Amino acid sequence: MSGVDPKQELRIVGFLCNWCSYGGADTAGVSRFKQPTDLRIIRVPCSGRVDPLFVVKALINGADGVLVSGCHPRDCHYSDGNFYARRRLEMLKRLLSFLGIDNRRFHYTWISASEGARWQQTVKDFTEVIHKLGPLNIKREA
Amino acid sequence: MRVGVFICHCGNNIAGTVDVKAVAEEIRKIPGVAHATTYMYTCSEPGQDEIKEAIKKYNLNRIVVAACSPRMHELTFRRTIEKAGLNKYYFEMANIREHISWVGENKEANTKKAIDVITMAVAKVMQDKPLFSSSFKINKRVLVIGGGVAGMQAALDCGDGGLEVVLVEKSPSVGGMMSRLDKTFPTIDCSICILGPKMVDVAQHEKIKLYAYSEIEDIKGYVGNYQIKIRKKATYVDWTKCTGCGACMEKCPSRNAYDYFNFGVAPTRAINIPFPQAIPKKAKIDPNYCRQFTKGKCGVCAKICPTKAINYEMQDEIVTEDVGAIIVASGYSLLDIERLPEYGGGRFPDVISGIQYERLLNASGPTAGHILRPSDNTEPKTVVFVACAGSRDKSIGVPYCSNFCCMYIAKQAILTKDHIPDSQSYVFYMDIRSPGKGYDEFTRRAQEDYGVKYIRGRVSRIYPKGKKMVVRGADTLLGTQVEVEADLVVLGTAVLSNPDAARLAEKLHISYDTFGFYVESHPKLRPVETNTSGVFLAGACQGPKDIPASVGQGSAAASKVLALFSKDMLESDPAVAKVNINKCVGCLKCVRTCPFQAIKENQLRDGRIVADVIETVCAGCGVCTSTCPCGAIQLQHFTDNQILAEVNALCQG
Repeated sequence: MSGVDPKQELRIVGFLCNWCSYGGADTAGVSRFKQPTDLRIIRVPCSGRVDPLFVVKALINGADGVLVSGCHPRDCHYSDGNFYARRRLEMLKRLLSFLGIDNRRFHYTWISASEGARWQQTVKDFTEVIHKLGPLNIKREA
Repeated sequence: MRVGVFICHCGNNIAGTVDVKAVAEEIRKIPGVAHATTYMYTCSEPGQDEIKEAIKKYNLNRIVVAACSPRMHELTFRRTIEKAGLNKYYFEMANIREHISWVGENKEANTKKAIDVITMAVAKVMQDKPLFSSSFKINKRVLVIGGGVAGMQAALDCGDGGLEVVLVEKSPSVGGMMSRLDKTFPTIDCSICILGPKMVDVAQHEKIKLYAYSEIEDIKGYVGNYQIKIRKKATYVDWTKCTGCGACMEKCPSRNAYDYFNFGVAPTRAINIPFPQAIPKKAKIDPNYCRQFTKGKCGVCAKICPTKAINYEMQDEIVTEDVGAIIVASGYSLLDIERLPEYGGGRFPDVISGIQYERLLNASGPTAGHILRPSDNTEPKTVVFVACAGSRDKSIGVPYCSNFCCMYIAKQAILTKDHIPDSQSYVFYMDIRSPGKGYDEFTRRAQEDYGVKYIRGRVSRIYPKGKKMVVRGADTLLGTQVEVEADLVVLGTAVLSNPDAARLAEKLHISYDTFGFYVESHPKLRPVETNTSGVFLAGACQGPKDIPASVGQGSAAASKVLALFSKDMLESDPAVAKVNINKCVGCLKCVRTCPFQAIKENQLRDGRIVADVIETVCAGCGVCTSTCPCGAIQLQHFTDNQILAEVNALCQG
C-alpha cells in the first residue's frame, strides 16, 4: 500500500460533505477498510460549500493533491448543492492547468454514507495517482 | 485564547494504533493550547466531568475533543461544555478513530496524521464564534407515508397520543403486505383477523386523515414546518358517493385486469375493490383494462352504479397538507420470479412465488382457500419450497438475507399439510434462520410434527416432466444430487426495496443504500431516526423485517414524533448564513442559488438593496457563501476564514 512509510507521505486534503461522504468515510472506518494515510479530511456541510479557491489555496500552499466528495447527484441533503459543486469543480479542473498545476492533482467524486468500500477504493486510487505525480512543486510544474 | 484539547484512547480503539501520549505532547506545543491531555473514554461520565473541571481549572475558553466521528458525539460534547458555561459552538471534534486509527496500519503514520488533524481542529476552534439558537413554533401534525402494518401502527400511536395524522397510502387500501398474508408465524394467527381491526381503527380514528390511492408529489420545508403536496390519483369513482356495494365489479365485462392485490394469481375486473376487508372499501377503475378507456365505449358500471359514483372524466388532484414531522413506512417489494430463469420463473405456471402461494392459501383469495395448482386446478400432493430464491445471491444483486423467508416457508409447509393431509412438502434451504422468539421451535415443528423434509442445498434447475415439475438440486449434507418430482414449486423470493424508493428519498432528503433501503441515523442507537431531523423510518423501507419488528418500529417512530412535539417551540440551528450588509453589493446571486428560497431581497433605509437571510428557513448548506463574489454572505461556523484556517494549518507553504 502506498504511503505506508510516513516519511514518504504526501499531503492530500479532502473536503467531504457532512451527510454523505464524511459518513461514507466513517462507514469505511467502522468496517476497518484499511487506507493509505496521506489524506487529511476537512468536513464541510455540503460539497456546494467548497469554494474552488479553497482547492487552489491548498495546492498553492503545499498540498500535493485535493479531493472533494459529496452526495450523489439527486441525493443531496440540501436538494441541489452538489449540482452547484459539480459545475464549479468541473470548471476548476479545466482551469488548473492554466495555473501550471497538473489537473490530475484535483479530483471530485460522489460517495454516499453507506459506500465505505467505495470510499476506501477512492482514497487508494487517488493516493496512488498523487504518489505517481510526486510532490507538487509549483515552480517546477509551471 | 486558551484552548483545551482532550485526546481519547477509546480503550484500545484509538490508543492501539495511535500513540496518544506523543500526540498530546506535540499538541501542547501549539501556541494558544493551554491544556492537552489524554483520557481512556472521554465520552464517559468521568471523561466529560474531566472536561468540565479542566475548563474551570485552566480557565479554558475553546475545546477540542479528538476521538470518534463528530457524527457520533459532537452533540454530547457540545452539551458538556455548555454545562461548564461555554458557548457550545466553541467546540471542534477531531476524528482520529474512524478516519485514522481504524483505517491506518502504520502507528507512526497514524500518530502523525492525528497530530495534523488535531492541529487543524485547533486552528478552526480559534476562529469559532459564539452562536445562539433562536426558537420557532412547530406544527404538531404528522405525515405517515405508507399504510402497511408499520405505518398504521405509527399513525394509530400518534393519533392516540393526540396528534393529528395525515396517512398517505399509494394503493387503494391500507393493509400493505400483511393484508395479503393468510396466517402469520409463529402463532398461525389469521393475518387479516389481527390486521383488520387495526385497519378499521385507522379509518375511524378521529385524528387520522387517510389519503388512499395517493402519492407524495412534493415536500418543502424543514422540521416543524413541512408543506406536503399529495397527488390523489384518479380512481374514476367518486369515493364520496361509492358505498362499496360491489355491483359494478360483478357486472364489469372486462374480466382480465391484472390483480395487484393477488399478485396476478388470477385476473380481476377492470373496476374492482381489491379485497373484501379493504379500507376504504371503495371501487376503482384500472384504465389499462377498462373498455371505456381502451375501446372508448362500455359504460356498464356507470349504468349499474346505484349512487351514480362513476366518473370517467376524473383527473388526478393535488392537495396540500402542512405537518411538522414525517414518518416513512413505505414498505418493500419482492423479486420478480422472471428474474430466476433457471427456476422457470414466469415460464412454468406451476412455479410461483411465496406471496402468490399465500393468496392460494387464503380463504378470501382467488381459489377461496383451496390449494390448486395454476396449470390445471388440481390439488398438489408434492410441494417443493425453494428458500433464498434470489436472496444471498450476488449475481442477482441481492447479497443480503431477506430476513423472513425461512419462517414463512415453514409456515406455508405446515399450512400445506393442514389443507391437504396426504401431501408431502420439501424445503431446499441454505441455512435455516429463525432467531426470533418461538421461531426455532416453529421450524422444528414443521419438520418433526408435520413431516416437512428439509434438504440443505441449492436448487440448480427446475424443469417440467409430463404434469410434474422436476426440482434438481444438491443435498450438501449427504453429498449427493437429489431430484424431487413436484406438483407445485414455491419460490421464497428476495425482498427488494420499492422501485420508487430512491425518488421518495430524494423528496425527503434522506439517504438510501446501494439496494434502495433507507439509511437510519445510527445502525444501533438511532434505528428509526434519519439524518434529516423530523423524518423518521418504520418498517421494511429501512431493510427487510418481519411483522413484530415492523410494528415495533412503527411505535418507536411514533414515540420519537411525540417526544419531538412535546415542546411547543423548537430550537433552530444557529449555523446558518448571515449577510454582512457593509460588504453586500446587492447582486442577489445568493437569492437565485439558494435551494431553500431562504434569502430575500431587502431594501435598506438608504435605498440600497442587500440580501437578507430568513434564519428559520436556511438549512445551512453554504451554497450561497461559495456563490457570493464579495464574501458578504457567510455560513456561520463554516465561514471562509474558518475553513481556510484548517487548510492553512495543514498547508503552510
